[in-house]
Amino acid sequence: MTKEDDEQSSLAWFGKGMRGIFSLPAFILMLSFVGFCSLTAQAGIPVEQVVFMVGMVWALPAKVILVSSMMSGAGLATAFLAVSLSSVRLMPMVAALIPELRSPRTPTWLLLFLSHFVAITAWVFAMEKVPQVPRERRVAFFAGFGITLVVANMLLVAVVYHFVADFPPIVAGCLFFLTPVYFLASIWHSARHPVVYVALLFGLIGGPLFYWLLPEFDILLAGLVGGTLAWFVERLWRLRKEVGA
Amino acid sequence: MTWHDGWWAYAFIAIAGWLATDIWRWLGVIAGNKLRDDSEALNWVRAVATALVAAVIAKLILYPTGVLEQSPLWLRVGSVALGAAAFFLFGRKPAVGIASAIACLAAGLWWLGF
Repeated sequence: MTKEDDEQSSLAWFGKGMRGIFSLPAFILMLSFVGFCSLTAQAGIPVEQVVFMVGMVWALPAKVILVSSMMSGAGLATAFLAVSLSSVRLMPMVAALIPELRSPRTPTWLLLFLSHFVAITAWVFAMEKVPQVPRERRVAFFAGFGITLVVANMLLVAVVYHFVADFPPIVAGCLFFLTPVYFLASIWHSARHPVVYVALLFGLIGGPLFYWLLPEFDILLAGLVGGTLAWFVERLWRLRKEVGA
Repeated sequence: MTWHDGWWAYAFIAIAGWLATDIWRWLGVIAGNKLRDDSEALNWVRAVATALVAAVIAKLILYPTGVLEQSPLWLRVGSVALGAAAFFLFGRKPAVGIASAIACLAAGLWWLGF
């Protein structure tokens, strides 16, 4: 393969990633951002700051917490702590994605830059699609999708902020519900490792359980405890099968 | 309600928003870079990441915000259960599961007079 072919192909895969903007998950996320517009408009945050926030923070739950900290007049340290706590989950998500994305030639600085575009939607999308992309092209594919998704939502917020309208209740309810239902179907459908099924189940149970026990750290604990337990159970099954075989 | 103007608002968003989230993404890159493709450690990280996302999903279903806050719990859980049943019965196609769950929720909300 010549150098030119190589670059062209990366560009082509970047383009294929960009086209991911016309997909169900991208569509659902954009609807969530319409909701975010009405939250920030009601909170009285100027539109330039909202667009800045979308580009800089990106993860939607972190932004919602940031906005509520701003509204409650919390200090910088308090807001930083609250947002950090909600964002710890990004670490294992990125760590699980990186071995799928990188090739031996991918520089670390590029991965550090691209990690900014990871949030739940991009993560679920990438974990599902990336295995079908040749390894050398995965970074280009993810960059195309991730960057397009962020830029598109920044533009969307800049425009929609001025026309915030409420959906009829049934429509609003169904739009909200699309997010969890889509994540569930997509994760189950795209799982290529048996541990994912067990972890999904344990996380679904662990979420409400830890919300009831320790609401401050519910997501974190559900992930750590539920995930570790799922890993342990699946490993036990695997080892027993190997012994039995 | 008003919020600060000028550079302080942007500095606040940058520190409490951008830095507070991207630190974790960067740590994820550093940790993920050390993981081998087929290692048991990656399997564990994968399990933890999936369970975290699953916990977020469960909270969205059980403790929703907005309109669904006033909807009964049985309707939301029932819709997901119906969607799951359709998903497994009809060839495990995500679109089938999603459409059934949403249709069930919409019918329920309409019936309850939303």
